[in-house]
Amino acid sequence: MRGGNPERPNPQHLDYPVHRCRETTSWQLATVERVAVETYRAKTFTLRLAEPRPFRAGQHYDVRLTAPDGYQAQRSYSVASAPDDFQRIDLTVEHIPDGEVSPYFHEVVEPGDVLEVRGPIGGPFTWTPEMAGPLLLLAGGSGIVPLKSILMHRELAAPETPALLVYSARGPEDIIYRKFLDNVGRRSPGVAVRCALTRRQPPGWIGYDRRVDAAMVRECLDELMGMNGSDAVPLSYACGPTGFVEAAADALLSVGIAESAIRTERFGPTQ
Amino acid sequence: MVTRGFFGRRRETPPRPIPPGQYLERGFPVLTAGPTQRVPLDQWSFVLVGADGEPLGEWNWEQFRSLPETEIFTDIHCVTKWSKLDTTWKGVTIDDLLVAAGVAEPPPYLMAFSYGGYTTNLPTWDVIEGRGMVAYEFDGQPIAAEHGGPARLVVPHLYFWKSAKWLRGIRFMPQDQPGFWEQYGYHMYGDPWKEQRYWGD
Repeated sequence: MRGGNPERPNPQHLDYPVHRCRETTSWQLATVERVAVETYRAKTFTLRLAEPRPFRAGQHYDVRLTAPDGYQAQRSYSVASAPDDFQRIDLTVEHIPDGEVSPYFHEVVEPGDVLEVRGPIGGPFTWTPEMAGPLLLLAGGSGIVPLKSILMHRELAAPETPALLVYSARGPEDIIYRKFLDNVGRRSPGVAVRCALTRRQPPGWIGYDRRVDAAMVRECLDELMGMNGSDAVPLSYACGPTGFVEAAADALLSVGIAESAIRTERFGPTQ
Repeated sequence: MVTRGFFGRRRETPPRPIPPGQYLERGFPVLTAGPTQRVPLDQWSFVLVGADGEPLGEWNWEQFRSLPETEIFTDIHCVTKWSKLDTTWKGVTIDDLLVAAGVAEPPPYLMAFSYGGYTTNLPTWDVIEGRGMVAYEFDGQPIAAEHGGPARLVVPHLYFWKSAKWLRGIRFMPQDQPGFWEQYGYHMYGDPWKEQRYWGD
């Protein structure tokens, strides 16, 4: 733990490139163009924006639902699609059975519906090609969503950047974007995807069968450095439920990745 | 605009009003831009810094814990839409810190700064006269590291990103300047009742 000079208190986070917003974000209307089933509890909604705004991979949008009596509910959802086309955004919504907004998305929303959205929002958990890499991405559950945006953007805008994704899911049926993940490594030699199935593994499973830990991150880091052929320190992004991100960030620190090179996004309650 | 087919599934009616756009949360979500900071108590200290950069007072853990204790019972509101009712925090009020440092008239703004580099700006008015504290206990227990322990700022009437985790110190400023999230488009003040989430709200 650094002590720090009180006059200039270790502003490591401020070493992040600060992309200042040039304009404020206001609510706008978005039309649902497409609804795609990803898993038994995740759907992707493609929204066409009335006022398209450039965004950065990793950012999110707020969605606001209004009942006839004026009651409103808002939630934030990460953008799953690449920022290369910002006329449309994909939002992947995981169904939370006792939730309020995600059941509405899953049970009611269909193409042609109009929703109020606001964004893009979020700063530190973003990646742009000039930040280079290599990229070590760690996803837990639906934490894959913003990392998919980063991977797609990398493929389109900076395919030379080596990237390795570690994706932790409960079982094979929980894997979101399976087709994309199966194909991304084939299309682009600089990308590897490693999957950890923590509760249920299919017969003959040769991937990881445990939660993310320091040994796993060490192996994946070694693999990424091998792909890279240099010893450039990777940028790391960890996204998922709190417990996952805590374990992932601790593992990243334990293998020597500097705190300033680790970005996290957590969601979900703690006990 | 009324959203087609949405009627709201209010799981429970709040016992008292919560700010617009918020929902009740029973758990205690964790939101941080980077790894959780783990600051050993024997390496922990807290510093008040004047607008000229000179320390006004500095306390190690033992010294800090010997300052007057205050308990507050309050609701908290996160910009990510959850509100948590009936939380109890124990710590040292900014008023008591100013008394201990012998500061009678603090400058009008401050930057809270944390282990790990996080910063957030506040008007001084919003942390004095009992409005803010440096807390080390939550609901009767030491604050867990993921929730900002050993000590965090608690300013419950503003969105909770203003309540900096892993607090290292407070630096007074003659003028307002944006902190970490404020540079990324979050509101400079952050009043949940006025729904001041982002720039322009």
